[in-house]
Amino acid sequence: MSARRIFARPARFAAIAPYLWMALFFLVPFGFVLKISLSQTAIAQPPYEPVFDLTAGWAAIKAAFGALSIDNFKLLVSDDLYVFAYVRSLTVAITATAILLVIGYPIAYGMARLPTRWQAVAMVLVIVPFWTSFLIRIYAWINILQHDGLLNKILLALHLVSQPVVWLSTDSAMYLGIVYSYLPFMILPLYATLAKMEPALEEAAADLGAPPGAVFWLVTFPLSLPGVGAGVLLCFIPIVGEFVIPDLLAGSNSLMIGQTLWLEFFTNKDWPVASAAAIILLVVLLAPLLLYERVQRRQLEER
Amino acid sequence: MRKLARLSRFNVASLALGLAFLYLPILILVIYSFNASRLVTVWGGWSLRWYREFFNDGAMIEAAWMSLRVAVASASIATVLGTLAAVALSRGEGFRGRTLFSGMLYAPLVMPEVITGLSLLLLFVALNAERGFWTVTIAHTTLTMCFVAVVVQSRLGSLDRSLEEAAMDLGCNPVRAFLLVTLPLIAPAIVAGWMLAFTLSLDDLVIASFTTGPGSATLPIRIYSEVRLGVKPEINAICTLVIGLIAIVIVIASLASKLSSSQGESAAPL
Repeated sequence: MSARRIFARPARFAAIAPYLWMALFFLVPFGFVLKISLSQTAIAQPPYEPVFDLTAGWAAIKAAFGALSIDNFKLLVSDDLYVFAYVRSLTVAITATAILLVIGYPIAYGMARLPTRWQAVAMVLVIVPFWTSFLIRIYAWINILQHDGLLNKILLALHLVSQPVVWLSTDSAMYLGIVYSYLPFMILPLYATLAKMEPALEEAAADLGAPPGAVFWLVTFPLSLPGVGAGVLLCFIPIVGEFVIPDLLAGSNSLMIGQTLWLEFFTNKDWPVASAAAIILLVVLLAPLLLYERVQRRQLEER
Repeated sequence: MRKLARLSRFNVASLALGLAFLYLPILILVIYSFNASRLVTVWGGWSLRWYREFFNDGAMIEAAWMSLRVAVASASIATVLGTLAAVALSRGEGFRGRTLFSGMLYAPLVMPEVITGLSLLLLFVALNAERGFWTVTIAHTTLTMCFVAVVVQSRLGSLDRSLEEAAMDLGCNPVRAFLLVTLPLIAPAIVAGWMLAFTLSLDDLVIASFTTGPGSATLPIRIYSEVRLGVKPEINAICTLVIGLIAIVIVIASLASKLSSSQGESAAPL
């Protein structure tokens, strides 16, 4: 038996503890979300009718199955508020991801063309904001965008506007916040594929007479597609369920699904409806999630 | 023969603008935290007034202390579990349930936090667990161990496996070979993983809001409820302190990885 296979055996045992942990704290909880999404709202603590009580025997289980209801789901698909929230979440996520790609690509491209020494520095500079608190970075923008904030002061001083512009509580502010927060997530996978690319390929295309635009669209961009895919998924999926950024920067007249879920849970104390909203969100995101899982696995395991 | 310029003016401009975009807002926040004026936007000279205010704010201090305890505890547990998971995934070859295992580890990296938070809360309620320090710690461990696993796994993937194999050919058993050869080599990634877990936990608002109980708010929860009421200079000071703490953590992490690895290939956070 090869040394590699002998090493593999104890390595497998290392999986036991994290496996059990993730099963208990990541997988099993979804069962509870599903269960509570099917139960009735009750004014109690916890605020839902228990659906299953395994201690009460078979008859009780049968009765419980009879009491299961899809009312919460019916409510979610018939109430415009929720339908709009899902549509808005998807629209915002698609728009924001497109903006991120357009802004992130040139930055990643610039990084990949730096001398190797500087590439490491640029990489650290892009990662550092990712380590810095998400909430604080959004808050920093409130400082700038508020009515008498820095941005309006500068615009007024330059006589570009005659009176303060309303920036906060607008969709523009929200998009700005999303792009700002997720930019490192877009840049890093793009940079990873662009840096690995053989520069000779671009040079060859140029030597053969391709103008710079053609070099980019026929050589560089197609070769960077794996990075584009990873970056897009890494941004799109969490943005769909985003709560903090729209809550602090966007207006309150149209909500994203993360906000309605939060409202149902914390303000209305309607746990069953919040759970049903989470289940639908999960179903919407299932395909991109599985895709992301495959990308991530390929990237980490097939070297 | 025409060669493409390695670094065009467009490249430099987009890099500079991109980095300015990432850093300017934070810089402005830090500067305003030293503003003496009560009005956030009026510059009243340099002052440490808002830092004093923070250190006299009992509720804020209590929340900061809670956040620090949760971050240290959850980062430590997450580092152990995440490292084990990384070793199993990159050295365990095939084992039963491997696909499910990697799926459970990669999904939380992108899963919207409202879903993770809500599902964990429902579990804690079903288990009748008292909500507070431990429930938040468990929730943060679940999230951050996935990040640790990815960081350590990418380091393990770039290691030369013949080193382990040589140790075993020379008579080490697998466990000894791991402890004496592999572990020292992946130590920088493990340190970086702990730091990343620590900062993620310190930062989290959504999952903590779901899983904490009455009377045990974390710092982001307190900051969030203040921010909703508008900008306050004291919050600028707190945020600057958090940024300073995280900066120290990053410096330590990068020093650790520089000290023990000259072969480059620093572990990316994702």
